[in-house]
Amino acid sequence: MSTREVITSGNELAARAAVDAGCKFFAGYPLTPSSEIMHVVSDLLPTIGGAAIQMEDEIAGVAAAIGAGMSGVRSLTATSGPGISLKAENLGLAQMTEVPLVVINVMRGGPSTGLPTRVAQGDVAQAKNPSHGDYKSITVCAGTLEECYTETVRAFNLADRFMQPVFVLLDETLGHMHAKATLPSLEEVQASIVPRKTFDGAPEDYLPYGAEQDQPAVLNPMFQGYRYHYTGLHHGPDGFPTEEIETCRLLIDRLFRKVDEHKDEIESNEEYMLDDADVLLIGYGSASLAIKEAIRTLREEHGIKAGLFRPITLWPSPEDRLYELGQKFDKVLSIELNQGQYLEEVQRSMGRRDIQKLTKTNGRPFSPADIIEKVKEL
Amino acid sequence: MAFNYDKYLRTSKMPTLWCWGCGDGVILKSFIRAIDKLGWEKDDIALVSGIGCSGRFSSYVDMNTVHTTHGRTIAFATGIKLANPDKHVVCVAGDGDGLAIGGNHTIHGARRNIDITMILINNFIYGLTNSQTSPTTPRGFWTVTQKTGNIDPTFNACNLVEGAGASFVARESVTQPRKLEKVLVAALKHKGFSFVEALSNCHINLGRKNKMGSAMANLEWIDSISMPKKKWEALPEEEKMNYLPTGILKQDENAPEYCEMYEEVKKAHQGKRGKITQDDFAKKI
Repeated sequence: MSTREVITSGNELAARAAVDAGCKFFAGYPLTPSSEIMHVVSDLLPTIGGAAIQMEDEIAGVAAAIGAGMSGVRSLTATSGPGISLKAENLGLAQMTEVPLVVINVMRGGPSTGLPTRVAQGDVAQAKNPSHGDYKSITVCAGTLEECYTETVRAFNLADRFMQPVFVLLDETLGHMHAKATLPSLEEVQASIVPRKTFDGAPEDYLPYGAEQDQPAVLNPMFQGYRYHYTGLHHGPDGFPTEEIETCRLLIDRLFRKVDEHKDEIESNEEYMLDDADVLLIGYGSASLAIKEAIRTLREEHGIKAGLFRPITLWPSPEDRLYELGQKFDKVLSIELNQGQYLEEVQRSMGRRDIQKLTKTNGRPFSPADIIEKVKEL
Repeated sequence: MAFNYDKYLRTSKMPTLWCWGCGDGVILKSFIRAIDKLGWEKDDIALVSGIGCSGRFSSYVDMNTVHTTHGRTIAFATGIKLANPDKHVVCVAGDGDGLAIGGNHTIHGARRNIDITMILINNFIYGLTNSQTSPTTPRGFWTVTQKTGNIDPTFNACNLVEGAGASFVARESVTQPRKLEKVLVAALKHKGFSFVEALSNCHINLGRKNKMGSAMANLEWIDSISMPKKKWEALPEEEKMNYLPTGILKQDENAPEYCEMYEEVKKAHQGKRGKITQDDFAKKI
């Protein structure tokens, strides 16, 4: 397949990916370091007949995006950690009502206002459970400029496949990195689009939430003769509120299992120089760029064979592969720009508590030297 | 022949969860008659409600219905409307829903003048959650959070949205169902943000502790604090603040509607027209 070479930033790539993936609606609120995404879609969407709107606050931004998604169009919102905190309740509504939506979080230093223009990976735990209640989050994390594009496209397909919000985690480094990226052709992207399922039987036979126990709801677009009901209350197969005991149990069980039993469709990892490695490094996002350079230097200059395991899908985690790797490698180092949010998942998946960690929370990216020094100490 | 409400109702969801004598049912029926009068297809309408007794409104009408989070009706509706500008979008919210937790969205929906009809059911209390103070609870009333009498000043919802830029503002009470229907027809027909405050009774959770424990007593109180706009205008200035005028309080058919303006944005981006300038608007600032 032919490819396209572009020179631009991660934020712009994510915005362009959304439009190429068939997104027709954006609603959001300005938030550093994600705002360029809103800037770009504000130009692109009206040009193709879609719409982008700057709402009065983050809560309204996600609500309007979910509203458009409820009506049947591919919809996007973008923000950073403080915005996710505000959007959390409505993200829970989208989980409960099974409305597809892509949420891009360009991570910055936190908690609170933190370091607005500096990098962090501090929202990884938040992405797993931003809202109260039980559900299973889907979160992908771009590690390169190319992936700012390709993972956003993939997120739209995952959202429509599993009928729920999907997080795309970028971070300030990637979002503002300006360099060359090689992208799949537009034809290839468009050919990869799998829209959400719809029901085409008689309206009286339509049960939007009557899916098999491992499958998502089938939600038809509004205004097409299937007049159903969305509610954040527990609801039965017909979508209407209920407190019937078994129906309530089945609903939450299905929200969980529709993701949990299809992890193979969601999981995506990269293994870099891992085959002959003696030391396993685990990292994701922009940190993996420094990790890869450190691995090359460690091998060339220090005779240390290190390799990288990089989860691209962070949630659900690649727990089975992590377990296998935990059996194979004695020395394991988890590297992330937070205090060890994914380390806990690595420990859980591997069933080990002797995982070493390298963390950084001062708003600065890792340098390869940070990693080389730590690996030499192991 | 009696009016056939069933055509617009999800009869399998009846009876409603509302208390006996609740005004919400009067509003529901007035709304249905208004839709019928307009001849709108049920399929072409999205009805969005929030949280509270009014939130259940969406369960009962046979339309494209959305029961959202507390206070966010306008925000969800904005997404539905802007993505589907040729469809009708209606919000139903309560006084706590639309004026407290969701006040910001109410203001900005009005400011944008987006073509959404917002029915704000004002029963002066948080009814569903058992009598907490709302932004419209009169001062001196008993609430469960202010048992010695409410000291919080009240919002005048219609003045608020008018100030924020709504192009249609009306108030009516459940004691005047025919007038309410008429006002709703005008609001739904209006191109732009139309706001209808429907004064309603909650004799259970407002009335019982405020000496109007029956529906009738609560309704009589509503009649005692509201009057038609013309009569209200004739009141001495110092008395006006003690009454709520009813009827259509503002109707501006010339204010630019948001989705229509957004079509101009699309044209500008598509090179079909020049940039949008101040000359596109009669009002310059």
